[in-house]
Amino acid sequence: MEEAVYGNEKQIKRKQRIRLAIVYALVVFFAIFIIIPFYWMILTALKSYDQVFRSPPLLWVSPANWQFANFSAALEQAPFLRYTVNTVVVAVISTLGTIITTVLSAFAFARLNFKGRDVLFMILIATMMIPGEIFVITNFLTVVRFGWIREQTYLDAILAMTVPFMTSVFYMFFLRQAFKQVPDELYYAAKVDGKTDFQYLWRIMVPVALPTITTITILNAMNTWNAYIWPRLVSQQVRFQLVSNGLRDAFDDTAGVIMYHEQMAAALIVTVPLIIVFIMLKKYIMRGVSRSGIKG
Amino acid sequence: MLEEQQNIKSWFYLAPALILLSIFIFYPIFNAIFLVFVKDFNYLQGTHDGFTLTENFRYVLRDPNFSMAMLNTMLITFVSVPLSVIIALLISVWLNAIPVKKIQGFFQTVFFLPYVTNAIAIGMAFAFLFNQYYGLINWFLGLLGISPINWVGMGASWGRAMFSLLVYITWLGLAFKIMVFLSGLQGIDKQYYEAARVDSASRSRVFKRITVPLLSPMIMYITVTSFIGAFKAYTEVIGMFGERLGPAGDDRSMITIVALVYDALDRSGVPGALSEAAAAALILFAVTLVFTFVNLQVSKKRVHY
Repeated sequence: MEEAVYGNEKQIKRKQRIRLAIVYALVVFFAIFIIIPFYWMILTALKSYDQVFRSPPLLWVSPANWQFANFSAALEQAPFLRYTVNTVVVAVISTLGTIITTVLSAFAFARLNFKGRDVLFMILIATMMIPGEIFVITNFLTVVRFGWIREQTYLDAILAMTVPFMTSVFYMFFLRQAFKQVPDELYYAAKVDGKTDFQYLWRIMVPVALPTITTITILNAMNTWNAYIWPRLVSQQVRFQLVSNGLRDAFDDTAGVIMYHEQMAAALIVTVPLIIVFIMLKKYIMRGVSRSGIKG
Repeated sequence: MLEEQQNIKSWFYLAPALILLSIFIFYPIFNAIFLVFVKDFNYLQGTHDGFTLTENFRYVLRDPNFSMAMLNTMLITFVSVPLSVIIALLISVWLNAIPVKKIQGFFQTVFFLPYVTNAIAIGMAFAFLFNQYYGLINWFLGLLGISPINWVGMGASWGRAMFSLLVYITWLGLAFKIMVFLSGLQGIDKQYYEAARVDSASRSRVFKRITVPLLSPMIMYITVTSFIGAFKAYTEVIGMFGERLGPAGDDRSMITIVALVYDALDRSGVPGALSEAAAAALILFAVTLVFTFVNLQVSKKRVHY
């Protein structure tokens, strides 16, 4: 009897172990599927001309033969370091602007009472439904009218790329949720202490919402890194471009055969900073993404 | 008095955001409606040649690229969204079943990588993966005895180019969905699974009867936002095919609705071009609205809150 029970348990254990093995196998299989494009990018970036244009392709190149010269060749194709600086400048300015405007307005929506608050908030939320393309058309005309396009200086280009993105209804909504979690008692206590609303916002609300602000910063910076359409539309000189535009323009096959090893080296130069940032700030990014998903 | 004060103060806090929103969101909405109903608008002079109800829409609909753009956009949406939602759901369930937290964390990072890459850079990598002679895909197919296929190169057929594009877009969409589903799964009370174990319910039954229903609000959210996102596909096409929007020799065969908007915008100096852009954008908006509405109707019946 005891033996039978024991045997049964063993069987269940074995079944579980097989199940786990299958789970691992499936996860590894899909992980490989995810990794392959990255591997291919890195491998190609390290191949020589002869190795790239070889059929069937080489699946591995020994480290002794890695062609780091591809990276300098890629940098000669286009000033990617300059594009990176431009992108960082745009990301920093637009993120700072976004955080200032959204913190202030989210505070008003979360904490202050004013006429028409809920109606206004509903209207703002409704605009999130509208595809950005509808705004882009007029925004382009607006930045032209602001004088940021014709005879464009670097400052003009930066303004055109940042000012239209210095606020966001989505982040406002996101921050309002964070602010709402601060108990009302703190607000009244601060009032009794003679603190102004602004002091309260700065000393209490902002520190409490810091994780959300961090998340917004990261998401916003990543958006800038990926921005393609708007910068292409408004940057009038090659040297004002951002990384995505620079990368695409430098390696279009309209100019003939693509030097894939140089193209992939450039792609790697553009990709690596983001991955480094991601690995450093993994916790915040993942939290931000899962939270922005839960909001629905 | 005090109320009045709070009112005024509130508007000060709102002012920076509201000023920007008025210029870059509210005004453009009204202006788009204006643009779509005027004839031959010339933005350099700010003049137009009277009003029209349908001409700009008709112009877009008659554009030989329009039906192609609509077909491509629909295909991208209705293939890549369901596919990536299902695959992401499965992967996140498997990930969640990994008992060792460190290993789970490692794979989580791997699956998240596509989210933090540049869509242009990785699109280029995909284009080279699909290269007829030097790509990895055809090497692999070669192992199975399939001779090299021209996926994205000069003269590639529409179907093959679209297949490659769909693989890329599906791949790109997985990361975000996996993260959202995984965080949802980790929020499910373990009691449900304990109860199912006591009842010795089968795995697939547990998945169908517990996991999916409890995750349904998130599945819904992801599906709706992914649909909206997929209708706007454009950068992915540029990443893989460049500004040509198609394989060499078959320019614009991968064109999407958003691409129509930007095509028209590129001709902004031509009278009427901006109105076409506005018409295309409003058509996109209408399509998005209809499908969001349908999605929400379906979810009313299916989603368990």
